Amino acid sequence: MTYILIFISAVFVNNIVLAQFLGICPFLGVSKKIDTALGMSGAVAFVMTIATIFTFIIQKSVLEPLEIGYLQTLTFILIIAALVQLVEIILKKVSPALYQALGVFLPLITTNCTILGVAIMVIQKDYTLLQSVVFAISTAAGFGLALILFSGIREQLSLVKLPKGMQGTPAALLTAGLLAMAFMGFAGIVK
Amino acid sequence: MSQNKNLTTFLNGIIRENPSLVLLLGMCPTLGTTSSASNGLGMGLATTFVLISSNVVISLLKNIIPDQVRIPSFIVVIAAFVTIVEMVMQAYVPALYGTLGLFIPLIVVNCIVLGRAEAFAAKNTVFSSLLDGLGMGLGFTLALSLLGSVREILGTGKVFGFTIYPENYGMLIFVLAPGAFIVLAFLIAVFNKLKKA
Repeated sequence: MTYILIFISAVFVNNIVLAQFLGICPFLGVSKKIDTALGMSGAVAFVMTIATIFTFIIQKSVLEPLEIGYLQTLTFILIIAALVQLVEIILKKVSPALYQALGVFLPLITTNCTILGVAIMVIQKDYTLLQSVVFAISTAAGFGLALILFSGIREQLSLVKLPKGMQGTPAALLTAGLLAMAFMGFAGIVK
Repeated sequence: MSQNKNLTTFLNGIIRENPSLVLLLGMCPTLGTTSSASNGLGMGLATTFVLISSNVVISLLKNIIPDQVRIPSFIVVIAAFVTIVEMVMQAYVPALYGTLGLFIPLIVVNCIVLGRAEAFAAKNTVFSSLLDGLGMGLGFTLALSLLGSVREILGTGKVFGFTIYPENYGMLIFVLAPGAFIVLAFLIAVFNKLKKA
């Protein structure tokens, strides 16, 4: 039951982009077309899940027993950076098709706040490994949902006449604000 | 001549290449920590500290770091300073530390810090890097404080704790998530207009 609650909370109530403000850079940068949005969501889901598993294991088996918790930021970001490199290399060898689809987004994901944010959040929320994995997948799903919705709107927005100062990013941000307002309607579903 | 160049480097980060309003980097903390003016200011100052320190250290080490491990080394330096800021804030300003929460360790993935390290500190002298870090950091802090002030005034009628108008006339939406997007949108639009003029 908790898993369903984690899923609903991460996708709708506490959507990582629209409520927690993580992942704004790719959200604004990659959302101009629905295809790129799909590709980015897939890449993020992939990396986020693997990264969460690895950082979780390192936290529980190395950082906590040795009481070097203050090295969390440093170790996590290094793990994530190394992991993304590794994933890129393996993907190139094992599945060139998948690499073609996701490859260009992978370097962008390394310094993405979502990955590090989720890694730290599961530690703060004191989840078990399985709960962390569900949380990671749900958060990535929420990210994908917001991204795809947004890119759909943006594709339409690019066809509209706007005042010069509002063209581009300001209009996009305003749209994101309205989307965030819509998602606020989900508040209260999960107590 | 050198005086002029240093001044240009410093002012660059505040106006012409303001990281938040022009380069549109570091959007996550810009939106996530500006629910009040003091939060925005605190976050800006913490990031400025990390920016200056990492710029200086990376500029000092730029000739020793091999090119292949450039980015991971930068990340290690930045993460070290972020950890320092984290611990200092936890000790001396625990209330602010609690409010900013997750965004403090996320300074390490703030595109501004890594971006300036890569684009400037790795190629310039220590003093220039220091000025660049200071300028960018101040520009970022100004943008954050401005955004935080607008949101706080519209949302609660206060700014930095000083009441300007009664709270029940405030519009709650501005202190919440959507308000951040909306105010930033207009702020960037205004900045665009001013830049063209």
